[in-house]
Amino acid sequence: MAHENPTGWKRWVYSTNHKDIGVMYLWFAFIAGMIGFTMSGLMRMELMEPGVNFLPDLFGMTEDQSRHMFNVLTTGHGLIMVFFMVMPALIGGFGNYFVPLMIGAPDMAFPRMNNISFWLMPPAFTLLLLSTFVEGTSGMAGFGGGWTAYAPLSTYGHTGPSMDLAILSLHVAGASSIMGAINYITTIFNMRAPGMTIHKMPLFAWSILITAFLLVLSLPVLAGAITMLLTDRNFGTTFFDPAGGGDPILYQHLFWFFGHPEVYIMILPAFGIVSHIVSTFSKKPVFGYLGMAYAMAAIGFIGFVVWAHHMYTVGLDVDTKAYFVAATMVIAVPTGVKIFSWIATMWGGSIRYDVPMLYAIAFILLFTMGGVTGVVLSNAGADVPLHDTYYVVAHFHYVLSLGAVFGIFAGLYYWVGKMSGKQYPDFLAKIQFWVTFIGVNMIFFPQHFLGLQGMPRRYVDYPDAFAYFNKISSYGYLVTLTGVVLFILVMAMTLFKKKKDCPDNQWGEGATTLEWTLSSPPPFHQFNELPRIK
Amino acid sequence: MNVKRLTAGVMAALVAFFGSTVGALAQDRVGAPKDKGLWLQEAASEQAAKIADFNELLLWVILVITAFVFILMFYVMWRYREKANPEPSKTSHNTLIEFIWTVVPIAILVVIGFVSIPLLYYQDVVPETEFAINVTGNQWNWTYAYPDHEGIEFTASVLPDTAHIAGSQERSEAEQALSTFLGHPAKLNARLLDTDVRLVVPVDTRVKVQVTASDVIHSWTVPSLGVKLDAVPGRLNETWFEANQIGTYYGQCSELCGKDHAFMPIAVEVVSKEEFAKWLEYAKAEYADAGTTAFGR
Repeated sequence: MAHENPTGWKRWVYSTNHKDIGVMYLWFAFIAGMIGFTMSGLMRMELMEPGVNFLPDLFGMTEDQSRHMFNVLTTGHGLIMVFFMVMPALIGGFGNYFVPLMIGAPDMAFPRMNNISFWLMPPAFTLLLLSTFVEGTSGMAGFGGGWTAYAPLSTYGHTGPSMDLAILSLHVAGASSIMGAINYITTIFNMRAPGMTIHKMPLFAWSILITAFLLVLSLPVLAGAITMLLTDRNFGTTFFDPAGGGDPILYQHLFWFFGHPEVYIMILPAFGIVSHIVSTFSKKPVFGYLGMAYAMAAIGFIGFVVWAHHMYTVGLDVDTKAYFVAATMVIAVPTGVKIFSWIATMWGGSIRYDVPMLYAIAFILLFTMGGVTGVVLSNAGADVPLHDTYYVVAHFHYVLSLGAVFGIFAGLYYWVGKMSGKQYPDFLAKIQFWVTFIGVNMIFFPQHFLGLQGMPRRYVDYPDAFAYFNKISSYGYLVTLTGVVLFILVMAMTLFKKKKDCPDNQWGEGATTLEWTLSSPPPFHQFNELPRIK
Repeated sequence: MNVKRLTAGVMAALVAFFGSTVGALAQDRVGAPKDKGLWLQEAASEQAAKIADFNELLLWVILVITAFVFILMFYVMWRYREKANPEPSKTSHNTLIEFIWTVVPIAILVVIGFVSIPLLYYQDVVPETEFAINVTGNQWNWTYAYPDHEGIEFTASVLPDTAHIAGSQERSEAEQALSTFLGHPAKLNARLLDTDVRLVVPVDTRVKVQVTASDVIHSWTVPSLGVKLDAVPGRLNETWFEANQIGTYYGQCSELCGKDHAFMPIAVEVVSKEEFAKWLEYAKAEYADAGTTAFGR
C-alpha cells in the first residue's frame, strides 16, 4: 500500500519511517548528551581546586549534600552517556537511518516496533532524570552508587525510591534496545537487496548486525541483575545480601557480563562509520574487508568471555584471574587488525582532509592510545595500583569519549548533508574539530598521571598533591565546552540554511555505498524498485 | 639475606638523601602522592617494586606501539595526500601483511604474558606470614584488628581539614594524640590522607591482611606497598605485604562506598621490630579485646 506522506506531529509521533525515527534518535541523543556533558562540567568544576567548594556555592547546599550530589553526578553522567547518548546516536540514529539505505531496503523489517523502540526512550530518560530529584539516601536526593550500581550500596546503601526509579529507567531503556536489536537482525538478514550477499554488505551494516547480537545476548542479563536488585530492595529477597546467604559479588559478575559487551556495543558502530569514512576520503576500497568484518565479530565474541577483568580486586581465585588476563589480552589482536587495516586503506590512496576524515583519523590515533592503556590494565598484576583510579577513567574515556564520540562526530559530518540536504560550513567545522580535539586530550591525558599516582575514581575531593593535573583537566573541559558551543553553531548554521545545496554524492568517487545513489535528503520512501548489486 | 636487605636499605637511604631537596637526613619515608607526580608512587615493598617494574616494561611496549602507529599514520597522511598522489591505487588485499599484523601482536602479548602471569601468582598466593591483621571497611572509616595479639582493635578515621592548618590548635592536638598512639613523635603529612590513628606494622615482616566490610563494599589500598583488595560484606579476602622501609604509607578507599568515599584514607606506619614490640605492649593495654567487628574474637 502506498501511503501519502504524513505531516505535522503525526509524522513524528506515529512515525514508522526509519529515517524519521533515526532523526528523532539523533535529536534525543543530542539533548541527553547536553545534559550528560553539563553533569561532567559540574564535576570538573568541583575538581578544579582541592576542597568541596563549587557545588555548595552553586547550589547553596551543605558540604554533606554536595558530597552526595557529586556521586549522583558521576552516576548520572555515566548512565546518560552510555544509555541515552552514545547508544541512541550510533545504533538508534545512524543505524536506523543508514542500515536500510546501505543494504538497499525500503525500510526496517518491523516499522511499528521501531516506533515503540524510540518512544520508550523519552520515558526511560524521564525516569532517570526524576530519580535525581527524589530521595536516594538519608534525606539526600538521587542515587549516588555509580553507573555500575554495585550491591549493597544500591540496596541497603540507598534505601530511598531514587534507585527504584533508576532501575525502572534501565528496564525500559533495555526493552527499547532489545526491540531495536531484533529489528536490525531481522532487517539485515532478510531485507538485503538482490545480489547483496552478507560478504558484500557495507561494514557499517556489519557493525550494527554484530552490535545487535551483543545487545540481544547481554541486555537480558542486565535486566535480570537489576530485577534482583529491585526484589532485594523491595520484596525481601537476598540475592546480593550476605545476611541471607546472598553474595554482592554475584551482582558484579552479572553486571559485567552485560557491561563488558556493552563497551563493544558502544564502539563497534563507530568502527563501522570510521571504515566508510577512511575508504571514502582515501578513494580506495576498505583494505581487508573480510578481515575487518570478522575482526568485529571476533571482538564481539571475545567480549563475552572477559567480564571479570573489571573485578581483579574483588578477591577472585588466582587461576580465574590468570584466565581473564589471557582472554582479555587476546582482544588486542582483532583490534590491531582493524587499526592496521584502516592505515592500509589510506596507504596508496589519494587522501582528502575533510572534517569527517579529520575525525576518523583522530579516532584511529586516540583509540590506539586508549587501546594500549587497556593492554596495561588487562594484566591483573599491573592493574593493582591502577584499578579504580583515574588511569582507568583516562583509559575508557580515550576509547569512548575520544573514540565512540569522535565516531559520532565523524558520522554526523559525513552524513549531515545526506540527511538534511544541506552542507555544513567547512571552515567553522574544521575549527570545531581542532578545538574539540585539543580540549578532550587536555581533559583526559593528564588523568593518566593522576591514576598512576594513585588518585581513586569518583572522588569529590583529593589530597593537594593531585591539584596540578586536576586543574589542567578542568581547563581542558572549558576548551571542550567551547568546542561543543561551536558544534551547536555549526549544526545550526547547517540546518537553518534556506537552500538545499548538497548534491546526491557530495564526497565523489570514494563514496560507493548505496545511500550516495539517492537524493539528498533521500525520498521519504526509497528503493520502490530494489537496486541490484553486481 | 640480611646483608642484601642492609645494602638495599643503605641504597635507599642514599637515594632518599641525595634525592630530597629538603635534605631531610633522618626523616622516615612518606609513601604518598607527590605534587605533579607522573609515575607510580615509590615502592616500599618488593611486591610494589615488582609491580612498578612490570608497569615500566608495559609502558615501553605501549610507547613503542603507539609511536609506531602514529609515525605510520603521519607518514601515510603526508605521502598519500591528494596533491602528492592524485591517482589512488586499487589494492585491497595482501595476505602476507595481514598475516604479519595478526601474528606480531600475538607474539608481543605472549611475551607480556610470560612476565604477567608469574607476577600475578607471586602477588596472589599468600606465603607464610608472621601474623595477621583484620581490616574491616565501614562507612566511612577502617577498623583494624590484630587477632594474633590479644585482639587489639581500633578504628582509624580521617582527620578534619582544620587539623591541617599549620600552627592551628587542632593540628598540635592531632599530632600529639598520634604521637602518644605511635609511641614516637609523629607529624601529619597531608590533608585527606592522614588519619587519627594508624595501622602499625613492623618492617621486614610478612603480614597477612584479611579484609572484609561491615556495610557496603570498600577497597583497602596502599599503592606504595602494592596492595589493593576489596572489602566485601560477607566475604573474607586475603592478601599480604612486607614493607621493607620504615615510614608512613598512605592510601585511599578505592571502591565507591557512598557520600564520604573520598574521606576514608588508609595510613600505615611501618616501624622497626623493636619499636613494634614496644607498641604492642601499649596497644594491648589500651585496645585489647575490643571485638566489635564482624571478625569477633
